[in-house]
Amino acid sequence: MLDKNGIAKRIAEEVQDGYYVNLGIGIPTLVANFVRDDISVEFQSENGVLGMGPFPFEGEEDADIINAGKQTITTLPGASFFDSATSFSMIRGKHVDLTILGAMEVAENGDIANWKIPGKMVKGMGGAMDLVASAENIIVAMMHTNRAGASKLLKKCSLPLTGVGCVKKIVTNLAVLEVTEAGFKLLERAPGVSVEDIKNATEGKLIIEGEIPEMGI
Amino acid sequence: MIKKVVSSVSEALHGVEDGMTFMLGGFGLCGIPENAITELVQLGIKDITCISNNAGVDDFGLGLLLQKHQIKKMISSYVGENDEFERQMLSGELEVELTPQGTLAEKCRAAQAGFPAFYTPAGYGTEVAEGKETREFDGKMYVLEPAFKADFSFVKAWKGDEAGNLIFKGTARNFNPCMCGAATITVAEVEELVPAGSLDPNEIHIPGIFVQRIFQGEQYEKRIEQRTVRQKTDAR
Repeated sequence: MLDKNGIAKRIAEEVQDGYYVNLGIGIPTLVANFVRDDISVEFQSENGVLGMGPFPFEGEEDADIINAGKQTITTLPGASFFDSATSFSMIRGKHVDLTILGAMEVAENGDIANWKIPGKMVKGMGGAMDLVASAENIIVAMMHTNRAGASKLLKKCSLPLTGVGCVKKIVTNLAVLEVTEAGFKLLERAPGVSVEDIKNATEGKLIIEGEIPEMGI
Repeated sequence: MIKKVVSSVSEALHGVEDGMTFMLGGFGLCGIPENAITELVQLGIKDITCISNNAGVDDFGLGLLLQKHQIKKMISSYVGENDEFERQMLSGELEVELTPQGTLAEKCRAAQAGFPAFYTPAGYGTEVAEGKETREFDGKMYVLEPAFKADFSFVKAWKGDEAGNLIFKGTARNFNPCMCGAATITVAEVEELVPAGSLDPNEIHIPGIFVQRIFQGEQYEKRIEQRTVRQKTDAR
């Protein structure tokens, strides 16, 4: 089974040379730590920066340079700043190659819910609805089940939707899955996790074809 | 040159009234019009509608207006860092219209640019699109979103000149440029107000035509919401 860093590490393998990548808050933010050094990638943050670098050294924080999670950051050579409308022109206009975000629930048809629990938690969608409505390459980083052990990969989302039929790939603590027209197609198992474990943790339709390899991370 | 300079924050906010709609720049606490917010708190005006990506934190930014119950309605994309906000929203005291972030930015820009509305794919098939006109273009569904209408825009820039030209710094730019000229009156506050001619016209982010009033803020706290650092020994 993977921890949060493990999920991020596996997703980092999906990042290709020349990609502009938008990282969501939470596990997706960790992906930047595991991208190979020998490829060129630029990270976009929807609050208005391309070419995000690591956190600043202590004492070098700048209140005017933050990421979408409101964390202080640095920029790398070639970086640029821009306004919010321009930022979403990059996103809506499909100029960003890969979007990685978290989810509370994903359905077997690719629906995603990650912004609201009615009556309990309403943080808002931020940029997630814009991202999932336009991005052609979306990877969801999430835990396979909630704290009570119930599946978060469902036949149908129970929470208010963020977007419909948009998720293509999911990396969880248990598996890598592709969303197909027929349901969740199991691609890889996490180290030490059996196909049976994944079956038990998946409520939505799970497609298992042939031998399922263990992730090579 | 048309001069836009006002002598004080109180002169800059002349004309604000109960029940008005305001746009306020900023992302989190980054690039917020700190001096205008402080003045709005002191003026004590109420029943206001605020268009702002976030709602500040409990004791800073728009959180100060929430504490005093001056805000009737918030139009935002993300409000997760503010307990008082969440309490007022869940109890029904505060009306909240959550809007996808890109749509929020574009509703500002549309108002600035003279478009009454635009189609966006964001929110299609979700509760955000409920009751709104939808339309198919090239096989994909879009939602019709109207431009914002507001009485005042309060924006914050790094540098500005007497003609109202603005330059922003870092990610403090965010929604500020989109809100300039998007309301009846745009009030810009800057860290440094310089004479006309001091800024290179090639470097201007927002031309003064979009700004009606400009002043230099008395002070800026520029609070950091999530101070994150790495140690010098870290590999990356």
